[in-house]
Amino acid sequence: MDVLQLVVSGLANGCVYGLIALGFVLIYKATEAVNFAQGDFMMLGAFLCLGFTNEAFLGLPFWLSVPLAILAMGVFGYALDALVIRKMFGQPQVAVVILTIALGFVLRFLAGVIWGHQPVSLESPIAGQDVRFGGLVLGMDEVTIIVVTVLLTGGLYFYFNSTRLGVAMQASSQNQLAAYYMGIPVKRLNSLIWALAGMVAAVAGILYASKGSIEPSMGLLGIKAFAAAVIGGFGSLPGALLGGLIVGLIEPFAGRYMPSGYSQIMPYLLLFLILIVRPHGILAQYHSKKV
Amino acid sequence: MRTVFKTSYDADIRMFKHGAQAGWYALLLVLAVVLPWLFNTYWLGEATNMLIWAIAGMGLMILVGQTGQASLGHAAFLAIGCYANVLLQMHGLPFVLAFPLGGLIAGLAGFFIAFPMARLHGIYLAIGTLALAILIDDLIVIAEPLTAGVVGLFAPDISIFGLDINRYGNPWLFYWLVLFVTVLIVLAYRNILRSPLGRSFAAVRDSEVSARAMGVNVALTKATAFGVSAGITGLAGALMGHFAGIFNNETFNIIISIQLLLMIVIGGLGSIHGAFFGAAVVALLPQAIAIGRDVVTGWLGSSSVAIPGLESAIFGFILIAFILFEPLGIYGRWIKIRTYFELFPFYRKDMFRRQRSYLKTERMR
Repeated sequence: MDVLQLVVSGLANGCVYGLIALGFVLIYKATEAVNFAQGDFMMLGAFLCLGFTNEAFLGLPFWLSVPLAILAMGVFGYALDALVIRKMFGQPQVAVVILTIALGFVLRFLAGVIWGHQPVSLESPIAGQDVRFGGLVLGMDEVTIIVVTVLLTGGLYFYFNSTRLGVAMQASSQNQLAAYYMGIPVKRLNSLIWALAGMVAAVAGILYASKGSIEPSMGLLGIKAFAAAVIGGFGSLPGALLGGLIVGLIEPFAGRYMPSGYSQIMPYLLLFLILIVRPHGILAQYHSKKV
Repeated sequence: MRTVFKTSYDADIRMFKHGAQAGWYALLLVLAVVLPWLFNTYWLGEATNMLIWAIAGMGLMILVGQTGQASLGHAAFLAIGCYANVLLQMHGLPFVLAFPLGGLIAGLAGFFIAFPMARLHGIYLAIGTLALAILIDDLIVIAEPLTAGVVGLFAPDISIFGLDINRYGNPWLFYWLVLFVTVLIVLAYRNILRSPLGRSFAAVRDSEVSARAMGVNVALTKATAFGVSAGITGLAGALMGHFAGIFNNETFNIIISIQLLLMIVIGGLGSIHGAFFGAAVVALLPQAIAIGRDVVTGWLGSSSVAIPGLESAIFGFILIAFILFEPLGIYGRWIKIRTYFELFPFYRKDMFRRQRSYLKTERMR
């Protein structure tokens, strides 16, 4: 029973990592840019929801502020691409990496100014309740995280494979110029992808916030999610989730069965192993480049 | 406008382009040597700090600017160099041996870590090095009997053939030591660029496929670049340890790695000058913010308030501005201004315009 508890809490953590990783992969898949600020997007989403919900700030009902926060992050993602990232079109990949790292610094600072640097908790109706499955007692928050993640991933998978817009996004990710010739509005699609990534990050942030307290530096969680994305395979949506779950499951078990200090480096050791053995992740999507 | 006629192939790889350039650098060197008589102790300390950052910047510049491999984990090599240097000295080795050995150990670590990762491209390499920086941070804590973990180590006084150098006791000697190392590294860097190794670095940076076609061993070149880069960074780390006096695992955290990368981007990628300009920004920014805060509080007449994270936020803003408006960095801007005056009035706006490339993914056929 103990092991099962560990599994569920690991899965819940892993889902949050997976959702952040999903944001990386979405942007990478569509625009070939890597958004190092995805963890800070998540932080911003969580704090926006907190700002709408908590009594100390706006005090709106929780179920109203969740869609508001998601929408706000969507608008933020769209505006960010339209105003800043689009100017980087055609420049080396590393330039966007550095830009988003700098953006992360700025976002962390802004969140600190608005909401303070002390840990605060979201007044969420899911927090602190229990669900019973037979003899098993699970946290409502953990169950919600797992269910929402599964639904969201399924929805995105369907979206990319079956809808017109999703297929157009895949096309522009494979060859922007060719997609442009086919009449696909590549620029607007890229902005929409950033909006989508912002919304996914907001969901991840709200889910994470309903598990415990949040603070502006929690965006650094994004680094772990990055490891997850690479472990799973950077160009693959199911891979991102798989990587997140693996990292999430490793942590509690390593913490339980290994001397302290070693548990936190396990995800990164695994990352090294994967990079050496299978450089493009478990669910790799890579073919050699033609000149 | 000066025109240099190249009459032999050697002219392409000469140390200086023309005599006047050599003269200017000699003047700069003289100015740097007499600096202790011009600055007071506080600003001399800042100048030393800047030079140390410049060495670290040159280390990373070899990798990022010359070989085109991004690393987000160079603080790991700062840490390796720093700990190796101090631990060797604590076990009885003199500084003149421990210091180069520290650099060598960091360099070898870089080489052997990079070798399996040399197959990776761009972003995977960056993430691998990022993970490395986090691992080293935790490993320092785990290897507590050796490294004293979070408590940290004290850097001993430097002793060179009986001459004791302490950062606070005789800062001018420490400054000259750092300056000496800086000049050595600059010369080494410049000579690497003039050698076949430097040209194979550039080949790998510009196109791996064509480098391979020209007979460059890409994986070995990348690993060598990593090794050289890590070695220089390790030397900077050793000096940083002596400069800070006391250090622990937190001294070389992930933020330092990122700051190092951002620094050389602000300075200008692919040039030695860029490392120095970037180091000047990083070393002097805290001072500038402190002065600016004093001015603002002077206006408002209130007591000074410290805003946490302000420094990195301003750093972030500067960086975003540079990436958007001046991707070539401070050095690029300087080149543009110089060209403007050299060619006056024939400078055109698009002379330094970048060639844009449209994206074809590497993931698909």
